[in-house]
Amino acid sequence: MSAASSRFILICSGKGGVGKTTLTANLGIALARQGARTAVLDADFGLRNLDLLLGLENRIIYTAQEVLAGSCRLEQALVKHKQEPNLALLPAGNPRMLEWLTPEDMERIAALLGEAHDYVLIDAPAGIEGGFRNAMAAAREAIIVTTPEVSAVRDADRVIGLLNSENVKPIQLVLNRVRPRMMANQDMLSVDDVTDILALPLLGLVLEDEQVIVSTNRGEPLTLNSSQSPAARAYTNVARRLLGEEVPLIDPSKERQGLRARIGRLMNTKIF
Amino acid sequence: MTLRDLINKLLGRQAASAGMARQRLQLVLAHDRSDLNPELLEQMRREILEVVSRYVEIDVEGGDVSLATEDRVTALVANLPIRRTRPLAESGAAAAATDSDQDPLGNDQAGDAAPEAVATPAADSTTDRETALGV
Repeated sequence: MSAASSRFILICSGKGGVGKTTLTANLGIALARQGARTAVLDADFGLRNLDLLLGLENRIIYTAQEVLAGSCRLEQALVKHKQEPNLALLPAGNPRMLEWLTPEDMERIAALLGEAHDYVLIDAPAGIEGGFRNAMAAAREAIIVTTPEVSAVRDADRVIGLLNSENVKPIQLVLNRVRPRMMANQDMLSVDDVTDILALPLLGLVLEDEQVIVSTNRGEPLTLNSSQSPAARAYTNVARRLLGEEVPLIDPSKERQGLRARIGRLMNTKIF
Repeated sequence: MTLRDLINKLLGRQAASAGMARQRLQLVLAHDRSDLNPELLEQMRREILEVVSRYVEIDVEGGDVSLATEDRVTALVANLPIRRTRPLAESGAAAAATDSDQDPLGNDQAGDAAPEAVATPAADSTTDRETALGV
């Protein structure tokens, strides 16, 4: 596999805490399980957390910085996942780093990763400043993660503007932490609201799921153990769509069955 | 109005909030995307009203100049209800008014503005009197 046919995908959101790193970890595992050689690059070296979500926090010795400085080989810096050998993690740097990385450094490191990986997922830091611009330099396409909240959607819009100006495309959307009951009660922006406002194709829809917190406690992404929880299925479906498979999106209103759901739908019919 | 809205209203409860979220977002995004600060927009609004009112008498209270956005394209939308055109706006207006029966736009629907409206046929050729400029 040459770097030309590898996919370099930026995972970003603008706002912090909407689920970028969780998506990167789960998507990385899911792609690797489907047989794709996958590297995840933690571009957030100030507040890095991807190692923690993957359960690899004790195994990091080197970072991309040492690779770029020539003090170690890429293979030495890459941390292979124990249960899923198709997945490797590379932290861009550490918080004590003396020299800051540049966009050119990030391009070089991504190109190196592309030599032996089909997918390079770049976990962007929150914000739209230097760290984000570094991460963006390494990417050719992007996944925007957002939640159905005004602040998250607004920040996502700013990021989309930057990606457009740097010609990163395609840009696809993952809508995270969807609460079907609140959507049915029209107390949460609907899926259509968000896709209309941001004008992006929807790559995935992830329901709010307590299992996500349990899995981060353990350092084992949900996609690792064939979990059937709603979020696990959603992340796996995102990976399958990235690989080119046609997987229908879930309909949040159908996720709720029974009498209460039916009354809810009745309540939303227009009467005048 | 949905059944839910009606029940909320009857019980004096707050209306569902998603609609508000949508409206507020659309407005704030229009500003973010155009990079116009509110001060500059206000100045532009005043100048537009000034220029337009040189030609027609507009209802300033009912008027609205704002940014709207759809499919990531931002438009400056001016909705300016016209009371009537200024008699002095064009010297040729009076002459034109005499042959208003030849007006292809059917200006006689324009109520009290009918004789003068000929001076600005574009003003009443659209029913909602909307003007949009791409920014």
